[in-house]
Amino acid sequence: MLSVSRVCKSFGDLQVLNEVTLSVESRDTVVVIGPSGSGKSTLLRCINLLEPVNAGSIVFDGEDITHTKRKAHMVRRDLGMVFQNFELFRHLTALENIMLAPMKVLEQSRAEAQSLAEGLLEKVHIPEKAGSFPDELSGGQQQRVAIARALAMKPKLMLYDEPTSALDPEMIKEVLDVIRELSDDGMTSIVVTHEMGFARNVADRIVFMDNGEVVEDATTEEFFEGQVQPRTQKFLGQILHH
Amino acid sequence: MEALELTLEYFVSMPFIRAAGMTLLITVMAVFLGIVIGLIIAIMQESKIKSLGALVTFYLWLFRGTPVLFQIIFVFNVLPSFGILFSGFTSAMIALALNEGAYMSEIMRSGLQAVGKGQRMAGRAVGLTDWQVMRYIVLPQALRIVIPPIGNQFIGMLKLSALVSVIAVEELLLVANQAASANFRYLEALAAAGLYYLLFTTVFMYFQSHIERWAAGGRRRAAEKPVGFLKRLLGVGPQQASMR
Repeated sequence: MLSVSRVCKSFGDLQVLNEVTLSVESRDTVVVIGPSGSGKSTLLRCINLLEPVNAGSIVFDGEDITHTKRKAHMVRRDLGMVFQNFELFRHLTALENIMLAPMKVLEQSRAEAQSLAEGLLEKVHIPEKAGSFPDELSGGQQQRVAIARALAMKPKLMLYDEPTSALDPEMIKEVLDVIRELSDDGMTSIVVTHEMGFARNVADRIVFMDNGEVVEDATTEEFFEGQVQPRTQKFLGQILHH
Repeated sequence: MEALELTLEYFVSMPFIRAAGMTLLITVMAVFLGIVIGLIIAIMQESKIKSLGALVTFYLWLFRGTPVLFQIIFVFNVLPSFGILFSGFTSAMIALALNEGAYMSEIMRSGLQAVGKGQRMAGRAVGLTDWQVMRYIVLPQALRIVIPPIGNQFIGMLKLSALVSVIAVEELLLVANQAASANFRYLEALAAAGLYYLLFTTVFMYFQSHIERWAAGGRRRAAEKPVGFLKRLLGVGPQQASMR
């Protein structure tokens, strides 16, 4: 489905990604962990062509998308993205947030887009919030609308960039539950997160990044049985025993 | 009593009504053209089209750095010596619109910038093109932000429009002056013109507070209570008409 190979990215003198290689099979959920500044978010943005890469290649759905420029919006139709800060369109209701792309990008009729959006709100368990503006929703609700908005384009791959990092603790579960349900239904996903419980239960593979490099790329079983590199061990020690 | 009668007579006379219409036309057109110019410049500045950057800077420097009265007289009196001849009305429109555009671009720019980077990124992430992001995400949100300052520009422009009387455009001030110079009844003629100005500014402010309330409606935030009509009229609200 997706194959990232030897991707490098730097901002000025700062090398953020250093020969990152990662592949994701169809229907798999890959969890990416690592300390802040390790390049996880940048990796997702590079995959989504929101940041151009300096070297390496990205092959998505059998097509080399690395240097897509003018047609980048065509590639992004098939890639769903969920942001740490939700980024719902503030002037639109929850329902309109979900309807916008199907109507403007896929040129669906209003009725068609609306029934799609209503179905998706159902799927993320907040059909009653259809008419609410983002300001009127809790963080957890906003993030679930954001997930529904991404799903509206029927993406082949979902990218979650720390989807629960900006949430109050009591709302984390409702968002993770939705992501888990989607994964269980076979949605191919890359999830950047610090939630190790979620990783253990949902991930097929776990990737540990540090300093712009992939340090560890293991199946979930291997990972939690402790067959990991010393650097990974050290990181796990820091986040699990605090 | 006689003075009041003459004032009212002026107020409803054809020349004054026509002059009031001219003042209104100049104001609305100058602000409208100013919005178009300002928006184009703001979008150009945002997309960082480098080759045009110097031109834009020159334009802003020129029109913000000289008095608008100077600009009006320049267009009307100096351009003809280069073979560019405009009527008084056209000269007035050119000068006021270009002047307004120079200020409006700043308003538009702050409106566009108030829509965060994350919103644009989210728009691109769902597959919208850059133009669609501008059209469906950035501009609608920026509009709500620029409505109050644009209202102020309207009121400012209404008052600035009196300046074009110096190039013989038959707007309120010129017509009042002409009427008065025939019989030296300055009080009555100017009072009639003044009544029109006050009528227009009052109506503008009334609509402005309504439009702002409508624009704020999408957010429904108690904290962003729009400025009341009376407060606005008396100039004790947070926004004051800009000075030039």
